[in-house]
Amino acid sequence: MSTYDLIFYLFAAITLLSGFVVVTSKNIIYSAFSLLFTFFGVTGIYALLGADFIAVVQLVVYVGGILILLIFGVMLTNKVTNVDLKTGGVNVLPAAIGTGLFAGALTAIMSKNYWRAGNITYEETTIYTLGSKLLLEYSLIFELLAILLLVALVGAAVIARRGRES
Amino acid sequence: MNDPLILYASLITLFLPVAGFALVTFSLGRIKKVFIGEISLMAVSLLSSVYILIDKLFLHPGVTSVFEFSWISFATGTGNQPINVKLGISVDSVTAILMFAVMLISFLVHLFSVEYMHGDKRFNRYFGYLGLFTFSMLGIVLTHNLLMMYIFWELVGLSSYLLIGFWFEKDSAADAAKKAFLVNRIGDIGMFLGILILFITYGTFTFSEIFAGIGSGKLPFDSEGWLTAAGILVFLGAVGKSAQFPLHVWLPDAMEGPTPVSALIHAATMVAAGVYLVIRIFVMLTADAMVFIAVIGALTAFISATIALTQNDIKKVLAYSTISQLGYMVMSLGVGAYAFAFFHLITHAFFKAGLFLGSGSVIHAMHHEQDIRNMGGLRKKMPVTYFSFLAYTLAICGIPLTSGFLSKDGILAGTYSFGLLTGHWLIPILGFSVVLLTAFYMFRLLFKTFHGKPADLHKYEHAHESPFLMAMPLVVLAVLSVFFWYGLNPASPDSAWFVSKWIDVPAKVVPESSNFSFMNTTATGGESLYNAEYTEAQHHAHFPTMIMSLLFDIVAIGLALLFYIYFKLNSRKLAAALPAVYNFSLRKWYFDEFYNGVIVKGTLLFSSGLYAFDKYIIDGIVNFSAYLTKLISRVSSAFDIIFVDGLVNFTAYINGFAGKHLRRIQTGKVQTYLVLVLFALLTLIILFKP
Amino acid sequence: MESMSVGLTHFLVLSSLLFSLGIYGILTRKNAVLVLMGVELVLNSANINFIAFSRFGNFGYDGQLMALFVIVLAAAEAAIALAIVLNIYKSFHNVNVDEIDKLKE
Repeated sequence: MSTYDLIFYLFAAITLLSGFVVVTSKNIIYSAFSLLFTFFGVTGIYALLGADFIAVVQLVVYVGGILILLIFGVMLTNKVTNVDLKTGGVNVLPAAIGTGLFAGALTAIMSKNYWRAGNITYEETTIYTLGSKLLLEYSLIFELLAILLLVALVGAAVIARRGRES
Repeated sequence: MNDPLILYASLITLFLPVAGFALVTFSLGRIKKVFIGEISLMAVSLLSSVYILIDKLFLHPGVTSVFEFSWISFATGTGNQPINVKLGISVDSVTAILMFAVMLISFLVHLFSVEYMHGDKRFNRYFGYLGLFTFSMLGIVLTHNLLMMYIFWELVGLSSYLLIGFWFEKDSAADAAKKAFLVNRIGDIGMFLGILILFITYGTFTFSEIFAGIGSGKLPFDSEGWLTAAGILVFLGAVGKSAQFPLHVWLPDAMEGPTPVSALIHAATMVAAGVYLVIRIFVMLTADAMVFIAVIGALTAFISATIALTQNDIKKVLAYSTISQLGYMVMSLGVGAYAFAFFHLITHAFFKAGLFLGSGSVIHAMHHEQDIRNMGGLRKKMPVTYFSFLAYTLAICGIPLTSGFLSKDGILAGTYSFGLLTGHWLIPILGFSVVLLTAFYMFRLLFKTFHGKPADLHKYEHAHESPFLMAMPLVVLAVLSVFFWYGLNPASPDSAWFVSKWIDVPAKVVPESSNFSFMNTTATGGESLYNAEYTEAQHHAHFPTMIMSLLFDIVAIGLALLFYIYFKLNSRKLAAALPAVYNFSLRKWYFDEFYNGVIVKGTLLFSSGLYAFDKYIIDGIVNFSAYLTKLISRVSSAFDIIFVDGLVNFTAYINGFAGKHLRRIQTGKVQTYLVLVLFALLTLIILFKP
Repeated sequence: MESMSVGLTHFLVLSSLLFSLGIYGILTRKNAVLVLMGVELVLNSANINFIAFSRFGNFGYDGQLMALFVIVLAAAEAAIALAIVLNIYKSFHNVNVDEIDKLKE
């Protein structure tokens, strides 16, 4: 077992465990913070896969942006007067069964399949290539994403605006 | 050679009275005096009958006119003989004389009734009924076959019913009408059976054909016994209609009807129909049948005469007198005195009608008083009535110089000679005793009504002679009770025209073995009934009869004088001395009580038995089947409710149950739907594994 | 497992499990925000998949670019979604998914 494998298993464990806590914890704050750890784990996975830029982007955007947003959401939409933000589960049993089966099926497919896997080595950093690809080959998508972000920004502001509706 | 004029005249005579009935009935009370139409039609009919009489007696004596037509005709009947029922009329001297008598008396009764029934609320209808009756009676007289005679027989019964029960508001009148009809019906059963036997044997209803059949040797069921039976059965019809013993009980009750009706129907004509029937079938009666008939007639005459002795109602006395005289006629036919029977029929018709009309006159004058104990001394107040009544009484007693003497003596002579020839002495003995009784009770009636002191002074004061329309018929009939219309010699019955000229006594058609030796049969080539032996006996009987009857008359009249004029003997004391005899006579020999107790009650018992059977058994069966049906229907309905409805309900329940539970899928939660999506996806993956 | 060394399969298995967890979270959680967290997990697992294939397949940098785009989109979507949740909270004063079931009628 090489070091690579060990680190992989470590990060995988972090991810999965945190993910499990996210989806099963009764306390919302615990779920939110476990999500943080999940994101960390995923970052590690990205790094192992040689996608360094993506890993960092993940960290910055997800943890720094989305997670904060989610926590703000949690705070804003729950009465925080009582400290314990408990929440129950819905359809636990059927969902568990379904998900279990689904996971089993998916895993089976993935593992039993014969992927044409190669082994590609990357340059040290991927950032340059990604940047140039973004602006040259995928420039349309890039522009569209920019517009999308703008729209999302405006839209979110409009939707969440308080007062003067109805 | 049948004279068509006779046919037309007969049809006119026959149908005008019923035209009068139709006129009255169908004018529906709108024509106020429609009875005048009826009387005028009767007058024309009377004239027509006079023509026929003159023709048959003087112009063409001895000729019988027959007119017939075929009514029902089948090619094959019983025993493959063709059935051909003919209807028609036959007019001979007997028919003509009787027709005239019926028409005359009917016409006189019409006139009498105009005054007698004055003010009655159903005045016009009464005349209609009289017309109907006259028509029916003429039908009987004219017919030449048994079927038509039976039809008119029943019609006469119907007319009698309508007229007896004319004042139907009175219960007694309605009951009397019913009684008359029912008792007649009993006799009619026998008559019908007799007719059937004859029809089955000879295939025809016509008299002449039947007699020809018998004469040729064919007997019903090939036995003389059956021939006797047929004769007696047909005679039973006469027993009913002519009120012979034992079916005489209806005639006294029939006095509930108006008095002119009693005069017409129950004295002169309808009751004579029975005698006429026997006259018509005379030639087919065997010796045994004859004896039977004679005995019945004699018994009837005797029994009713004894009853008449004690009756106190004027009409009842006359009713029993009628029964007694009818018995005389029947007895006369039974012993073979054919012509005298018919002669007495005619003379009796006239003087009995007169007696009834006279009593009607008295009743009318005494304001509907009928009990002779309340009358008396009326001869001074009502001379016309009194003298005509006297004439009738003399006639009925058979006093010389009256018509009655000629006919009655002839009958008595006949019974006497019969006794001489056959040794059946009961018949003449009864016949002669009746002479005594008749004279007594008739003069009793006369004395109590018209002589002596009046019992009810108030009514006596108001009594007066009847008006012309009532008195005239009395005079006419009184005149007809004198001898000279019937023969030149008042003392010799045998030389009366009836016997010597007008009536031919036919010979018998029965086989020799069932006939009297002194009577001729057609088989031996005889034309007249009487052979030398019989005529001889008749001559011997003639003189003693006359002496004896006169003797009895004198004795009886003397007794009556003693009782009721000179009061040397007291009837009341006599009655008290012999209470059993008196009561037996007064209570009509208890016939009505006996019939009521045995026959009427027996029938009612039987009918209530049948009613119980019907109610409990038949209805029980019906009810039981209804009950079963109800039971089955309940079971079936239970089955329906439990199984069929249960099935339906169960299906609905299943649906509801499934729905209730399956509804839970619709939670409205998106997450639930997502779970379902996941499951669907899983299913797809598993099914379509790559 | 065909080899002890970590290969494509391992990453794929990881992403599958993470995906399942995310699905479980979406299906099970009552609070809307927690559902969003589940969605984030799903998106992350998809990203892992992309990058894994980009590394072990012959896709060059396409996979990574894809992942970039996914991240951007995830962010935008999270913003919008939360805005909506806040709106719902304003109306119902409650963000329990199972109690906002107007769809039931």
